[in-house]
Amino acid sequence: MHDFANAFILLSNYVLIPSITYGSQLAIGALGITLVFSILRFANFAHGDTMAFGTMVAIFCTWGVQALGLSLGPLPVALITLPVAIAVTIALVLGIDKIIYQFYRNKKVEPIILVMASVGVMFMMNGIVRILIGTGDVSFADGARFIIRAREFREMTGLDEGLALRTTQVITVVVAGVVMAALFWFLQKTRTGKSMRAFSDNEDLALLSGIKPERVVQITWIIAATLATIAGVLYGLDKGFRPFTYFQLLLPMFAAAILGGIGQPIGAVVGGFVIAFSEVALTYAYRRVFEYLGPDGFEVEGLAQLIETEYKFAISFIILVIVLLVRPTGIFKGRVL
Amino acid sequence: MSSSTRSSQASTTLVHQPWFLFMVMAALLAFTGFAQSWLFALTIVQLCMISSIMALGVNVQWGYAGLFNAGTMGFAALGGLAAVLIAADPVPEAWSVGGAGIGLSALVIGGTIAAVILVRAKLGGLAGFLSTAVILIVGYLLFTAVFGPATSAIESVDASQTGYLGGMGLPILLSWLVGGLLAAGAAWLIGKVAIGLRSDYLAIATLGIAEIILAVIKNEDWLSRGVKNVTSLPRPVPYEIDLQTSPAFVEFAQNWNVDPVALASITVKLAFIALFAVVLIVLVYLSEKALYSPWGRMMRAIRDQPDAASAMGKDVKSRHLQVFILGSAICGIAGAMLVTLDGQFTPGSYLPLRFTFLIWVMVIVGGSGNNMGSVLGGFLIWFVWVQSESAGFALMDALSGLFADDSPMRGRLIEAAPHLRPVLMGLILILALRFAPKGLIPER
Repeated sequence: MHDFANAFILLSNYVLIPSITYGSQLAIGALGITLVFSILRFANFAHGDTMAFGTMVAIFCTWGVQALGLSLGPLPVALITLPVAIAVTIALVLGIDKIIYQFYRNKKVEPIILVMASVGVMFMMNGIVRILIGTGDVSFADGARFIIRAREFREMTGLDEGLALRTTQVITVVVAGVVMAALFWFLQKTRTGKSMRAFSDNEDLALLSGIKPERVVQITWIIAATLATIAGVLYGLDKGFRPFTYFQLLLPMFAAAILGGIGQPIGAVVGGFVIAFSEVALTYAYRRVFEYLGPDGFEVEGLAQLIETEYKFAISFIILVIVLLVRPTGIFKGRVL
Repeated sequence: MSSSTRSSQASTTLVHQPWFLFMVMAALLAFTGFAQSWLFALTIVQLCMISSIMALGVNVQWGYAGLFNAGTMGFAALGGLAAVLIAADPVPEAWSVGGAGIGLSALVIGGTIAAVILVRAKLGGLAGFLSTAVILIVGYLLFTAVFGPATSAIESVDASQTGYLGGMGLPILLSWLVGGLLAAGAAWLIGKVAIGLRSDYLAIATLGIAEIILAVIKNEDWLSRGVKNVTSLPRPVPYEIDLQTSPAFVEFAQNWNVDPVALASITVKLAFIALFAVVLIVLVYLSEKALYSPWGRMMRAIRDQPDAASAMGKDVKSRHLQVFILGSAICGIAGAMLVTLDGQFTPGSYLPLRFTFLIWVMVIVGGSGNNMGSVLGGFLIWFVWVQSESAGFALMDALSGLFADDSPMRGRLIEAAPHLRPVLMGLILILALRFAPKGLIPER
């Protein structure tokens, strides 16, 4: 029993909690991608760098607040600078839409042209973020680092394994829960949300019933920018900010959106958690878990790790490939592409 | 097609004449030669040619067929890997300690796949699923049992110098062909999955495969030495030092009254350029032949009217797969050429910006669907890319002059200079897509 509890804590500490946290971050990111996809009908390659941009603004504001000598006690300052970052990112994204995407929308070009334009936007944002904040690691999570420390947990329970729960992990899950609830309420219950869903479902019919397309597009960008900034800040708080990692998040986020069914918000959430859980669970070394669960004195040779950590992108890719082969519409029957 | 009449009208103006644009390009390079240095200009030309070949590959996919390959980087890296596998010296000791293990691992993988295929064909339903799962688990366990010890044995053979299986010690020129084949194989695998779905999916899938190819090359040290790099690959042309010490060459240089050292560098660069020119000319010739053959007309028909082409009995999916493989193979050839030129394989240097995105800018700016356009785009954009590096530093240096000597802004500005390039390239792409979507030399 004792061994079993130890194994469970070990798994919670290194697999369960990290994948729930990472899954929440991916889910919010994938929600943005899937919304843009369902309304504007293209895969937005700039989403990862929009996340990086929003996070950068939040970091600058955080530094400003810290310079004033203010703090939020146990919570990171980034939580109050988040709205500012969201506002700046919304302004930027709306500006980009006005200058770049609107032209193609009016011309009704092939979606792939929009994808390419978004690649151009991605590299410009990528460069701008690096010019402004540099390429190095930035850690901006202040406040209390832990809610439960591993040592305290061990003393409290008398187990050999400690459970560490970081503040940023709890914040991620709480914020993600609130954001998703708000988004689903908005899409299901409000008039604007319903008009968005109608537009996504059948553009022509939505136009006939008097929905203004430009307004729907603007609201989509506002939501996408908000989600991107929140996802970016949560990821940055949790794992530290590095511009390059945000580009690498693109693949897992796309995989999550496609796995869930592209254009399906609930699918993006499920997809995000599935991808995150697979990534963490497949790259974790289970040696000690097996040793706890096996008979006394049982030893495992090697790490008992299924896939090396370096190949974690490969996991989202393989999931993507399997989805494309087996069920291209995704779990929740998204748009058939 | 209505757009073709418009483009033929446009091409009557001077700025759309290919010969005029190539003259401008030559003038730019000549100016670089006079103003900066001829060696520098020749270095640019070498990479312009390789870039042009990569752009040709992307153009075959995008221009002929409308396929968006966001993983050029991966195919170029496979080409580079081919250069290592073909030309590096073999490491017999590594082969003797781990060769059998690697061979056995390959057999296990092959056997597992064959068993799965067999089982799936014979058994359906739950029995099929369960036996597939069992085969996969057994295969995986066997594979790790064989593969792990073999790789660590190989990697511990003189780790600072080799620590990998090495190549075959064959002439490096052969790797240009093999690089193309390797890239074609990878393209076949990924194309099988992603082609036939909407174009965005291919972009996402190729983005992924490129990252994975790089991850494999960086981490499988037994194969490619990973981030420890493979250096001093043999050259297909003479070394500068051999020329400088050759009496005949020195005498020749003195007869012409030039410095033998400088002449040696220029000779080597020109020799590379001659080799690259052969490949470039052959590929352009073949691409042109293909584009204006019935096959090329079919490809463009499929691109513009997939439904109509399909109704005419054209197999859209397999044609797309074919053209995707061809284009990727060309990128693989360019990747092998690049490593040949560098004389070393450095997996860390493969960045999506440089190897995927830049090539796209070349194709769009040059004129998608036009092979000469891709060649011009390759030259022009590489030239801008190289020159913008020093220009970026000069700009930031000038800007930092506005600040006091001890201001931290100075360092920040200089640090930021390299990141001006992605901004510039993003801007060029967006402007080209918006204002000149047909490119400098539009499709005929």
